[in-house]
Amino acid sequence: MARSEPSAVSAAPPEVIPRPRPQLPTSGRLAVVVLGLVVLVAVVVPLMPLPSPRTVDTARSLEPPLAGRLLEELPELEPREGEAADAWIDRGFGELGPISRLMVRARVAICGRWAVSGLLGRDELGRDLCARICWGARVSLAVAVVAALVTLVVGVPWGAVAGWAGGRVDDAMMRAVDVLNSIPLVFLVVFLVTVLGEDSIRLALDSLGIGRLAIFFLVVAAVSWLSMARIVRGRLLELRDATYVEAARASGASPARILLRHVVPNLAGTVVVTLSLTVPRVMLFESFLSFLGLGVQPPDVSWGLLANAGLKALIPLDPAWWLFLFPSAALAVTLLALGFLGDALEAVLDPRRHR
Amino acid sequence: MIAFLVRRVAWLMATLLVVYTVTFFLMRAVPGGPFSSERQPPPEIREAIARRYKLDLPLSQQYVSELSRLLRGDLGMSFRLADYSVAEVIAEGWQASASLGTVAMVLAVVVGGGAGVLSAARPGGLVDGLVRVSTMVGISLPSFALAGLAVLLVVYEWRLLPAAGWGTLPQLILPACCLGAVYAAEIARLVRSGVVEAMQSDWVRTARAKGASHSRIVLHHAVRGAIGPVVSFLGPAIAGILTGSVVVEKVFAIPGIGYHFIEAATTRDYTLAMGLVLLYTLLLGVAGILVDLVQAALDPRIDLEK
Repeated sequence: MARSEPSAVSAAPPEVIPRPRPQLPTSGRLAVVVLGLVVLVAVVVPLMPLPSPRTVDTARSLEPPLAGRLLEELPELEPREGEAADAWIDRGFGELGPISRLMVRARVAICGRWAVSGLLGRDELGRDLCARICWGARVSLAVAVVAALVTLVVGVPWGAVAGWAGGRVDDAMMRAVDVLNSIPLVFLVVFLVTVLGEDSIRLALDSLGIGRLAIFFLVVAAVSWLSMARIVRGRLLELRDATYVEAARASGASPARILLRHVVPNLAGTVVVTLSLTVPRVMLFESFLSFLGLGVQPPDVSWGLLANAGLKALIPLDPAWWLFLFPSAALAVTLLALGFLGDALEAVLDPRRHR
Repeated sequence: MIAFLVRRVAWLMATLLVVYTVTFFLMRAVPGGPFSSERQPPPEIREAIARRYKLDLPLSQQYVSELSRLLRGDLGMSFRLADYSVAEVIAEGWQASASLGTVAMVLAVVVGGGAGVLSAARPGGLVDGLVRVSTMVGISLPSFALAGLAVLLVVYEWRLLPAAGWGTLPQLILPACCLGAVYAAEIARLVRSGVVEAMQSDWVRTARAKGASHSRIVLHHAVRGAIGPVVSFLGPAIAGILTGSVVVEKVFAIPGIGYHFIEAATTRDYTLAMGLVLLYTLLLGVAGILVDLVQAALDPRIDLEK
């Protein structure tokens, strides 16, 4: 029964022919630039000289874009000291993390009370739309990041274990995915949001430090990993029976080596491509839920929420088109870029697409 | 064939049972029921309501009695919509959702299929570029953004169509286009990639060698390669579109099923939510079986008994 030494077989490694590295198509590179800009805005928005996204100025309700002076000195940006400054930041910008807080302070220190105001018009409460869109980018992108992480941490191992183990384990794990899939997604999410938003549960979660926004993130993430699990499992079933895996096994490679050298590299492309399809879907879903009033709740802002408010402002007499158009455009451009990036990645990474 | 149907129907029944169980316990596991509100009525009235809707029974008895009622084909009375049975709510919304969905789907297949074929006929050409960009836009754009844009331009700016409502043909056009656009984009992509792949195949090469014209090759030979994926896509898509689109129904004020989905879940309308979830699962399952049957009829290589 003694097996021959594996080293005897693999003593002379075959000559490795370097694979030509395929280039990302132009549309893909353009998409990367656009996405980079969006992410940059979301990260540095506290530093940008914009009005606060929450300060109400009813005197200037529904002002169209570029109505007043573009550069203004705003009284609400009066720098404050000590605890007053903290309270001021909370009121004007929401409860921020320490880094964003520092950034807001730095910005006030640099630009003082000057701000680019009214660039994209104002909403019915006179809040600056441009500032709201830029701050909304943070929430919209955060949803995408959380969902991507959950998809990677839950979906990939779930599918991988099911596909690799096969048999009963596979059956049981995939049935669970099937059941979750056959309940209408909207219903499931709406339901989870309502449940977790219930006063008693919310208070319990609040005491654990999980806010309403975090709950919403978790809910969206909880339903976003299903297709990843399914696709990874399918790929692993293929890989398990692939001739090169069989060959590696026959030549005595350890399971760990087979997984790391042969399976993981072949899986990576599939995972990246699926991820690039999941992320825009999740962002779309966030906007959809916010549209229904079930997602992000005021005073937090997200693009979906803004576009929804804009849709309501589209009344026959004198529609405030900017409230709808600009948030939708921000969302659409980002999703479009993600879509093109996904296509480009698929073309580059999917081995079956190389002829 | 018979064995296949029996197996699939049995599997569908099992799925329905699991979905029923999950939905049942999920809904009841939550604090707050359909009748909890800010102002509580006196205890006697609450008890009477609970008795009327059998909410005073232990959970296991509720589970069994609701299941046996459903098995008799009775979806029960809605908890929140007074004097409406769930079947009535569904029947009423169904008319609007199904006719809107059918028109949208026909539009999507015609436009999407046509665009896909045109695009694949000359890959890399001008038409192809246009179709690829617009399908990407169609897939990426949130449906409310599309609907809002359509209202802004077609209704307010050009004053071509009425803004909302239900019942006349002009009122149908805009929502059907908005609803169909996403599906059209998906179909166009599937058709394009199917046809492009088929163009590389041996049978297309043979056809070309025998002197068939380019249009005949595309329309007669290569298109067949795209039918399979489109059929697979259409199954779940039809199930989804028939149960209504929340966004389009909301934007255009159409009395369909879609909005009930959300309402039922947020207001804990146990029976209505259950009825809608089961309806969706049933449609999805039936669509899945039909897709497999159609695939087998179209492609003799597919063996249903496997």
